[in-house]
Amino acid sequence: RDFNERCAQCSEVNWGLTDGGRFYCRSCHNVTERTREVVNTDFISNTRIQTISKGLRKQEKPDGGCEWYVCEGFQLVLKKQAEALEALGVCPQMKDEILCNFWRRYLQKSKQAYCNRPAGETVKALSVCDSSTDVDSEPERPSLLHLSLSESEGDLQTDCSFASSTSRVSESTSVCSGSVDGSLYLMKNQREKLRMTMPMTLSFCYMALLWLREPMTLSDLLRFVVEGHIPYLNVFQHFPEKMKLCGLDLKIFCVESWPVYEEVYNKMLELAAFLDLPRFPDITDSCFLHPDMLCMKYLMEANLPDELHNWTCRVVKKICIGEADFLTLVPGNKSTRNVKYDVLAAAVIVVVLKLLFLLDDHYEWLLSDFAEESNKNNKEGGPYFAFKKWYKVIKCSLDVEQKKLDEERAKYLWRCEKPLFYSAKKKSKVLKRRQMVVNLQNQFGKLSGSVQPAEKPKPSSFQLSWSEENTDGSCFHGHSLKGILQEKCGLLTAMNPAYWLCTVKLCTEKLCGHLAHYREVDFPQSYHFVLRLFSFLLRIQPSHIHDEVCVIEHKLFNKKLCKKSKYNTRLRK
Amino acid sequence: SSHEHKLNFKKSKEVCLSYIQDAMLQKHWKRAAEFLTFYVESLEKDFSTQYMGPSEMIWRIGTEILCHHSHSSMKEFNSFTEQMKTLGVKRYLKVCLEHAFHLLCNGLIDEAYQNLSLAESWRFGEQTAIQDKEMKLIQAYRGLLDYYSWSKQKTILLEHGQDGFEDLSVEQEMHSYFRKAAVNLKEIIKIPGVWDLFVKCYVDLLEFYGDHNEARQVLNEYAYNSKFPANPNAHVYLYQFLKRHGESKKSLISALKILHDIVPSHELMIDFNTMLQKSKKRKKRRLGLEVIFAALDYAGWKENVKAWSCLARQVKQIVISEKPLDWIKQEWNSRKDWWPAFHFSRYLAKRNWQENESLSYEKALVAGILLGKDCKYFKYVSHQGCKAQVKRFRILKKFVNKHNPVYLRISG
Repeated sequence: RDFNERCAQCSEVNWGLTDGGRFYCRSCHNVTERTREVVNTDFISNTRIQTISKGLRKQEKPDGGCEWYVCEGFQLVLKKQAEALEALGVCPQMKDEILCNFWRRYLQKSKQAYCNRPAGETVKALSVCDSSTDVDSEPERPSLLHLSLSESEGDLQTDCSFASSTSRVSESTSVCSGSVDGSLYLMKNQREKLRMTMPMTLSFCYMALLWLREPMTLSDLLRFVVEGHIPYLNVFQHFPEKMKLCGLDLKIFCVESWPVYEEVYNKMLELAAFLDLPRFPDITDSCFLHPDMLCMKYLMEANLPDELHNWTCRVVKKICIGEADFLTLVPGNKSTRNVKYDVLAAAVIVVVLKLLFLLDDHYEWLLSDFAEESNKNNKEGGPYFAFKKWYKVIKCSLDVEQKKLDEERAKYLWRCEKPLFYSAKKKSKVLKRRQMVVNLQNQFGKLSGSVQPAEKPKPSSFQLSWSEENTDGSCFHGHSLKGILQEKCGLLTAMNPAYWLCTVKLCTEKLCGHLAHYREVDFPQSYHFVLRLFSFLLRIQPSHIHDEVCVIEHKLFNKKLCKKSKYNTRLRK
Repeated sequence: SSHEHKLNFKKSKEVCLSYIQDAMLQKHWKRAAEFLTFYVESLEKDFSTQYMGPSEMIWRIGTEILCHHSHSSMKEFNSFTEQMKTLGVKRYLKVCLEHAFHLLCNGLIDEAYQNLSLAESWRFGEQTAIQDKEMKLIQAYRGLLDYYSWSKQKTILLEHGQDGFEDLSVEQEMHSYFRKAAVNLKEIIKIPGVWDLFVKCYVDLLEFYGDHNEARQVLNEYAYNSKFPANPNAHVYLYQFLKRHGESKKSLISALKILHDIVPSHELMIDFNTMLQKSKKRKKRRLGLEVIFAALDYAGWKENVKAWSCLARQVKQIVISEKPLDWIKQEWNSRKDWWPAFHFSRYLAKRNWQENESLSYEKALVAGILLGKDCKYFKYVSHQGCKAQVKRFRILKKFVNKHNPVYLRISG
């Protein structure tokens, strides 16, 4: 770097650049007043070393666009996402420090910036293009010869035609992408370096949230994305005018499916290992992500009695999943099973319900009848919790919400005002189509009656809420578990003497990717219902929760399982 | 049911489409329109490898909604259809054609004509050749509308003629419509297909201008060319034409023969039987019997007095002349198991007598011959008839009694 002064605070020479263009000391985070002269101040901070040292950099192209690199695009995306998270209440540290640093580290590790030899250079030797370009041109211009479109996953089949002849690469960007290195980006050998993708931006976000132990689970994050509170779909429309997207850029930045929990989560683990991150900050029992806390939240949301919280804590304690060592992420450590906090908490609740109510489509209704009887006779004091009543209330709400969700899925809009075209040739066709779509939307929108386009609902951590002020008795938080508990040796235990295991043997994840195989027909309806409830809240398949339930059960009944060589599906507790 | 939590573009549009379908089936047009607004963006991703891609879906669904929605107007429909025309060049003529149909159904004949004329002049490289069929249809319908105009002019002319006016301009217009119509109608009926309306109109034109030969040729082609699908109407038109021009019985009969083969229950079977009965040739008379029996196999003829009287007449004739009784036997063989219950039940006897005396008379005669004087139907009706002192029933009773042995020979 050009800047060689010693830091005022720590006397180190280790400078980085803030978003504002100021130098800051990486060792002690001291921000100086010195700013670097940037030629294009309206362009968001770029991170290419060469270009910084060269000075004049951004060449204006005839169509008013400028040259930009794919990683710059992603940087913009991350910036937007961080801003949105900040607006949701995440601490600003996330955006200004954590995410920033993760990103820079990523660029370094993947050799896209902050290092001496950026990735593209190796291609130069094979380039057909000779130096008809002027001095300031980037060395990493890919040759048309080396483009392969064998990457045909997804729906974005481009109809770019490629010149098979060895034409010279012209000064302006190749027809294949608006970005300089779009085509290079999609080439196969990038895979080892953990190529950046749109879903991966969410992995970055989650990783940063986890580092800061923010009160947002991955399922929350993904739900906010789908609801539109966090830029993801069509985020490219926030790119500045000059950053033109076309061709292969679309394949990189265009999103045409909702992010998948598993995918984002696994990528995060990969990323954390790739970046050589140390052990994450400890998840202790005062953290939101700790099962005790999350269980509390989910119990509230599921409209279950507060008293159940004692039980979830007991289970957590018994199987030691409340330990910081268990809960904290240690990147690259393959021996520890990585924790999905939301799924874990939900599974704990399911196990507790099974412990207390058995959920065999029989016992819980029996208990429920007893409770209702008691409630009739005993008017004073709090009501006893009756499963049946709870079931009715929840089923009703769940069906309504599910129906809403299904309609939202049907009404989901994927396109935005900013049009996308693969090449300049297609531009007019695309614009015409867009115009027609808008016309049709207007025409039939008028015929829809007074339906207004739904306002984006305010983001909320809770999807279902219950208030004790409701006089219809539909809130169960304060209900008591007395009817189903008994005292034994000074300890409260469940009256239910039995328990059934979801599975007698766990599968190996390596073989089939799952620990268990959930089929609705194989299990009691009540169990399925409870899974369905949490499946809706977390927006993941019931089978994922089921897997976690199996694991917990196996930990809980570990001794009994090891002892017996023959199995009963019902065990005495 | 497991609710997927994944979603991608393709899937969400599929789901959207199913919501539209549901709404349409339940005639919730507002809701259908609402979901359609969310569906239309699939046009931006129309790679049209599917058999029915988004643009065709939107055209079809949008048309349905605009047809039924209470707030929609012709103007809206027109503007929508014009947009659809620009959507897919492969479908251009089809959309034009359907647009014209819609206009016609709403009585907007002039607009329809303009549309068709416009479409006729459309050219688009090789698409013109590919969409040749649609083009022919467009021309044919325009020809039909020309015929309609010609017809109007003709009416005016005839009126004026009656009033003593000579109207040269009307006459000239009429002739020009004729030329335009004739050209297009002639073209379309060359193609194998069902062109009833076009054929009728074309023949009408030809007959007016005296070109009977051409007309006959057209009708013959339409009826007898094996490339054309079997069409009862073709034979009906031919028969009617021949009758109009006083053709020989022989040709009339041959025209109706095929009709009998295709549609034994056709209403013209009565005419057919009447002609055949009168024929001098045995074969023809035999055929006549077959024809009338076949017609009465159908429920629609059960109460047709004329048909029964035809059968009665012929049966009577045969019985009196005592030959050829075999014919009756042959025809009755396949029917003796079910005709009694079908036509000659006691219940029907009562009903027929109450509702239609003539019907019961004819049927009684047939029943008496085929089933004998002791059959339920004959007994009841003749008894009632004699009780009511209706002369012909007494005659009938005598007749059947006299010829009872015939029954025995038939049934044996």
